[in-house]
Amino acid sequence: MFDLEMLLMLGLKVLFALLMIGAVMTMAGYSVLAERKVSAWMQGRVGPNRTVLPLVGSIPIVGKFMKGLGIFQPLADGLKFLFKEEMIPGHVNKFYYNLAPIVALVPALTTMTVLPFGEFFTENGESIPLMLANLEVGILFVLAVSSLGVYGIVLAGWSSNSKYPFLGGIRSSAQMISYELAMGLSLLPVFLWVSVPGTGAMGLSLVDIVNSQSQSPWLLFVQPLSALIFLIALFAETNRLPFDMPESETDLVGGFHTEYGGFKFGIFFVAEYAHIVVGSAIFTIVFLGGWHFLPWMSDPWPATWIGSLIGVGWFLAKTIFLIFFFIWIRWTLPRFRYDQVMNLGWTKLLPLALLNLIFYVLLVTWLDQPPA
Amino acid sequence: MAKTVVLQRKPLSLSERTYLPQIVTGLKTTFSNMFKEKVTLQYPEEKPSIPKNFRGVPTLVKDPNGREKCVSCQLCEFVCPPKAIRITPGSVPEDEEDREHVEKAPQEFEINMLRCIYCGYCQEVCPEEAIFLQDEYSTSGYSREEMINNKAKLYELGGTLPDQHYKWDKKKIAEEEGNAH
Repeated sequence: MFDLEMLLMLGLKVLFALLMIGAVMTMAGYSVLAERKVSAWMQGRVGPNRTVLPLVGSIPIVGKFMKGLGIFQPLADGLKFLFKEEMIPGHVNKFYYNLAPIVALVPALTTMTVLPFGEFFTENGESIPLMLANLEVGILFVLAVSSLGVYGIVLAGWSSNSKYPFLGGIRSSAQMISYELAMGLSLLPVFLWVSVPGTGAMGLSLVDIVNSQSQSPWLLFVQPLSALIFLIALFAETNRLPFDMPESETDLVGGFHTEYGGFKFGIFFVAEYAHIVVGSAIFTIVFLGGWHFLPWMSDPWPATWIGSLIGVGWFLAKTIFLIFFFIWIRWTLPRFRYDQVMNLGWTKLLPLALLNLIFYVLLVTWLDQPPA
Repeated sequence: MAKTVVLQRKPLSLSERTYLPQIVTGLKTTFSNMFKEKVTLQYPEEKPSIPKNFRGVPTLVKDPNGREKCVSCQLCEFVCPPKAIRITPGSVPEDEEDREHVEKAPQEFEINMLRCIYCGYCQEVCPEEAIFLQDEYSTSGYSREEMINNKAKLYELGGTLPDQHYKWDKKKIAEEEGNAH
């Protein structure tokens, strides 16, 4: 039935998957810390700087530095959530109430399976992308699964059986539908651009998109409008300020998670940040050249394991910058009103995305004309 | 009456209507804020500087010669709006030479910090300048009893303050030389 090799492959795959989950969840946890720290710095405060682990904290200079940066804070926060009493209010629909946090987190963790984050060079110089599953239709998968995350929020809002979460759920679904269209339409020109006619290159693969940006301009410079629309839609999809309609703590108390506490709230919280991490990674892959060095330049690092390590690091650096950008925007812009969000989505972004698509269709057709 | 002038707003330009340049300006502002000096006071390690006329915890003070200034007149007890002060009057022991010209001293002096409203009337009313609201502002305890400051605690908190008058020395001189005023 099972031969040893297949079992080994399976074990390795599971191990890789766990590693990837670990990496993304750690990044999500530390984005929470980054959010607190960056917001503190932008407001002239210091931010969390008290939490400390007994042994690590007593290392002479490093320990103090880590304490000041609040490196141990996510651990404390996570533990706090874990040890809190799991409250289930009496008026909720228990099954969906318990299901909602899971539904919110799972799509974020599923999309990361198709994210390439680097390349590995074999001995004869071939490059193999580092990713869990090399899907030919990577971006379609991402778009399809990541939008499922809204079901978690809608379910939470509905099952809480209380007005504020309900309003949050409604807003979230409306917002998701409005911006999903613009997001998909903004990505289409990218694939038009990347798939070269006649070569048979599959334009929907994320790896091909990244590799098309090596030694050539990043797609950010080729298609700035697509990038802008995609970025705005990404903010809306991840429910980040200025589009955090479902949460909007000033008018909806806490929005969809008003009735949640303890670890279930923690899962919502982490899911939001996991969405940000994955969203930043996708933007890096599509518009910022993934693990490739600066635009118009070939990678300066050697095609060995060192090179692939640096590549992964470079990819992470870009992603982390984008996460910072998400936080930066949050502490700069006020929240849109609900009707403004709808207005922007339907009457501005959608027509703009359509125009953008038509323009690039014409441009690509013109460029691809066989020389007469 | 001044005539109201309605200002004509200029129509927004295309770049202004996209909001993007404004957003970039905002981003610049928040980014530069990141590197400004922090205003946070790391509280238990760093204490705020207390102004001179701060009304903190009421305390009893001694004069620079280490003598108890309170003469147990009970004016502060009477004036205290929330009735936080309770004084048990007593007499000065006969054998204390440097206080022999005064008759009374508090045997016990209690200020209930759960009642005290830090109004400062006791300091204002005290004829002997014996009670002061000083810079101590954080008191805590595990029980109601702990929150009542007794005489020993009040003198410990108060310490010694510089004295302008040395009223007792004047009294002593007056007593010895026979001229009360």
